[in-house]
Formats: sequence, C-alpha cells, structure tokens
Amino acid sequence: MGKRWTNRIALGVLWLCGLTTVVVLGAVIVYVFVRGIGQITPEFIFTAPHGVNAEGGIGPTIVATIYVTGLAMLIVTPIAVLAAVYLAEYAVQGRLVNIIRFAADTLASVPSIVMGLFGFALFYEAMGLGFSVLSGALALSFLMLPIVMRATEEAIRAVPRFIRWGSYGLGASKWQTVSKIVLPSAMPRILTGLILAMGRAVGETAVVIFTMGQAIYTPISPLDPGRSMTVHLYTLAMEGINMDAAYGTALLLMVMILLFNVSARWLAARNRRLKG
Amino acid sequence: MTEPEQAGSERVNGGLKMMSRATYVREALLKNLFLLCAIVAVAAVALIFVFTIARGWEVVKDPGLAAFLGGAEWSSTLGRFGILPLVAGTLAITLGSLVLGAPLAIGTAIFLSEIASPRMRSIVRPAVEMLAGVPSVVYGFFGLVILRPIVAEITGGMGFGTLTASVILAVMIVPTIATLTEDALGSVPSGIREASYAMGATTWQTIYKVLLPAAKIGIIDATILGMGRAIGETMAVVMVAGNAPQFFKGLGAPIATLTSQIVIDMSYATGTHKTALFGLAIILFLISMGLVALVRALSRLNEKKA
Repeated sequence: MGKRWTNRIALGVLWLCGLTTVVVLGAVIVYVFVRGIGQITPEFIFTAPHGVNAEGGIGPTIVATIYVTGLAMLIVTPIAVLAAVYLAEYAVQGRLVNIIRFAADTLASVPSIVMGLFGFALFYEAMGLGFSVLSGALALSFLMLPIVMRATEEAIRAVPRFIRWGSYGLGASKWQTVSKIVLPSAMPRILTGLILAMGRAVGETAVVIFTMGQAIYTPISPLDPGRSMTVHLYTLAMEGINMDAAYGTALLLMVMILLFNVSARWLAARNRRLKG
Repeated sequence: MTEPEQAGSERVNGGLKMMSRATYVREALLKNLFLLCAIVAVAAVALIFVFTIARGWEVVKDPGLAAFLGGAEWSSTLGRFGILPLVAGTLAITLGSLVLGAPLAIGTAIFLSEIASPRMRSIVRPAVEMLAGVPSVVYGFFGLVILRPIVAEITGGMGFGTLTASVILAVMIVPTIATLTEDALGSVPSGIREASYAMGATTWQTIYKVLLPAAKIGIIDATILGMGRAIGETMAVVMVAGNAPQFFKGLGAPIATLTSQIVIDMSYATGTHKTALFGLAIILFLISMGLVALVRALSRLNEKKA
C-alpha cells in the first residue's frame, strides 16, 4: 500500500471524526426537539406541576432556574471581573500570581458534586441558609468564578497595548485607563464569557440539588427553596413518571442553552466585525 | 504581565508629584481591592477544602481509614463504607470513555486544525463548543432513553452499566480534549509543517511524524483534563450507570462511581454514612487537584524544553 493510499485512508478517518461530532450534536438536538416540541404550550411553561405524575406545567422550575442563575451572576460578576483586572493589569509575575492561577484552575476542575456537597456543608449546615435560592446562587458562584475570571483576563489581554499608552500619554492614571479605556474595549468579550458562564449555571444539576433543594415551589424571596429545571428533568427521568414532561423540560433547557451559545457567538462575531 | 515601563512610570509620577495625593491614595486602594478579589479565588478553594475535610475527616475514626480506603464493600444497610468498588467503577467508566472519546476528540482536533476548509471549520468548531454546553442531565436523559435500550439489546440485561456510561462520557469529554488539542496543534510553528511538505511528505505523514510528536505534551495535557472531566462527571453517570456499588462484572452490568454514589445516598444518609459521603468528596477533590498540578508540571516541563 503506497503512501498515497495510507494518506487517503487516514484523512478519511479524520474527516469521519470531525463529522461524528457534528452528527452526535445534531442527534441530541433533533431527538430532544422532535420528542419535546409537542409538549411546549403556554400551559406547560406557565403553570405548576400537580398530581402524582407531575401533570401540568413546569412554571416554578423555570422561575427558580432563572432566579438562581441571575442571583449567582450578580454575586460573581464584580468579584471575577475585578480579580481578572488585577491579574491582567496590576499583578507582577511571581509566587502570589502563580498561587492565584493554580487556585482558579483547581476551582475550574473541582467536580460539581463536590461543589454541591461543599455548598450543603457551608450554606445549609454551617450558615443555616437552608435549601434556598441564596444557598444555590452562592454555591453556583464558586462554579462560575473561574470561568468569568478567565474570560475577562483573556479579554483584557487582547486589548492592544498602544491604546493604553495613548491613555497614559494623556496623563491618565492607571485606574482611569483601566476603567475608561481597557474595560470598555474588552466589554464584548467579557460579556461573551458571562453569557457562557450563565449557560453553565443553567445546565448545572449536582450543585443546585443539594443547595436549592428539590421542592417544587415558586421562589419569591432569596431564602425560598426551589427546584431547578435540571433537577426536575432528573427527577422525572429517574422516577420514570411523566416522560412527556421530561422531554418538554429537556427541550426548554436545550433551547435556553442554545440561545446563550448563539448570543455569545453573535456578540463575538459582531465585535470582530466592528474591529474590522 | 505588567510592563516594566508602566510600573516604573507610576513611581516617577509619585516622585515628580504629577499625581495628587488623593489620586495616589485612590489608585492604591483600588489596586488592593482588586488584589482582594483575586484572593477570593484562593480563599474559595481553601474554603471548599476546609469544609469538605471538616465534614469528612471523621471517616478516619469511623469506619476507620483502612476500612474506608481498603474496604471492598459499600453498603449503607450493613454500615460498611469501603470505597474500592466505587474506585473500580470510576476507573472502568473513565477508561472506557477515554478509549472511545480520546481518539475521536484528537481526530476532530486534527481535522479542525489541519484538514478542514474554513467553511467546514465554521460548522464543526461551533458544534464541538456546543457539545460542551449541553447540560449533563440532558446527556444522561439521552443516554437513558436512546442508548440504554440499544445497549440492552447488545449485552442483555437492562442496559444500565459501564458501556452506556462510557459512551455518554466519551461524548462529554470530546469538547475538552478536542479544544485543548487544537490549541496545542495550533501552537506548532508553521515552518515545521512547511518543511515537511517541502520534503514531499503527504498530509498524513506530516500529521503523524511531525505534528503529533511536536504537540505531544499538549495532547497529553488535554487528555488528562478530559480524564478529570470524566472522573468528576456526576448526573449523566447517575442516570445510566445503574448505581450498584459492585466490582466490574461485564460491560452491561450495573456499576457505581465515587460521584454517583454521593448523589444516590445523599438524600437519606445520616451519621457515619453522611461522613463517608464527605470522605468521597475529599477524595474527588484531591484527585482533581492532583490532575491540575500534573498538567501544570507537564506544561512547565514543556516550556523549559522549548
């Protein structure tokens, strides 16, 4: 067998790998869509489940999911962005920066179930916040911190240096340069990172199941418990009750995640276009 | 990286009194505020570690370290909490997912970086990224309703177990490994590629003999991180593994992992049982920290060599 044939076969296999990934994604999306689309009615989205088989809608779980994600976002954004500003603009390479990076990497790779148990131990048991949206949001913010931090740091580093020099040249102080020049130019990419982190939070199960609880309840105060859409899907699927509602929930989850992904992509593409 | 000229200019500004005292104080305060935020990341890791250990360390007393780490039986009704079956389950599923997922992911990365046209790339790369965004419960659900019946046909039984979990996990680790491998391939200088092509090598020869060796460490890093993802994955595994804490009895037999056992038991565990679950969390935390340290050591080795 000559090298031409080896080459053709090998390239064929590599093509197959690339296409398999697309096909798998397509299969998951199409399947969930086809089985779930029949469920999506206003009633399904807005009313609460009732009865032993969780008939009716999944309204409270949608509210709980959005509530806990939004709250986590509010908690994590200022801390993560400012931490990234420090790492990208102020920090001098050295032991401390190394430790911070190692911590962020570790935080990013801690299994979500460990995060969930930790959240339970700290926010439920030690701080007495109970199963609540607040506990869930605090635990989720640990999960989102490294994602937002990394995205922001990369965004800040991508801002060309001469823009900063221009600012310093005009006599601006460091903070003026960072707040008026660097952060605004990095904003689209920071937003992209935030949106992706929100997508992670919406799709997270193991963290919220032990911090926000499993009670079907429309949370009003941050101290109310709730059941996220992911936990609802998990419960329905494992108990094998009302598979139709499970398909509907899975579809809504996928739609939310796809929306996050597409808007992040759109934002990134628009940013590239504007910069020309 | 802070440019030295910036750090310097700040001092000059202070020395020449080009900055008012108020500005100087504000700048210093802000800098320390940012530092504080960055330290939150360190504090977070420390907090997780301390709290999991505080809740879990008593496994040393009851059931005892030897019985916990070396016990071959996990049974809450018998009060036996030996983690070996769970470790074996995690190993089996992780190995299975790597065998299936790593070649697929590395192949996809090579395809993206070396073969695909820009148009093709603009389809495959977003697909890979979106695979990373699909929630693990949705993967688990998909595995439960689609894959499980197929596996049941092949292996007999219910279809819960190592094979189903490995296939689902294989798909889940593809984005991690593929993205990082693509980065590693992208950082190979294009001069090396061109030299290989100029000598008459085919695309495959260039990939196999030149690019893969050059990007070796990066690909190993990617695979280790993919492994970390597989070890830590929880919900998808819980939904398809069958959750029986027993040693490997075949591809179609139910199994449990370190992560899945926590989810299953947590709803009713009390006392020693609950402590043992936190013990599992400590082990998972140590594994993920060890893998991150390994990756960092490897990349430092790589930098030194380059």
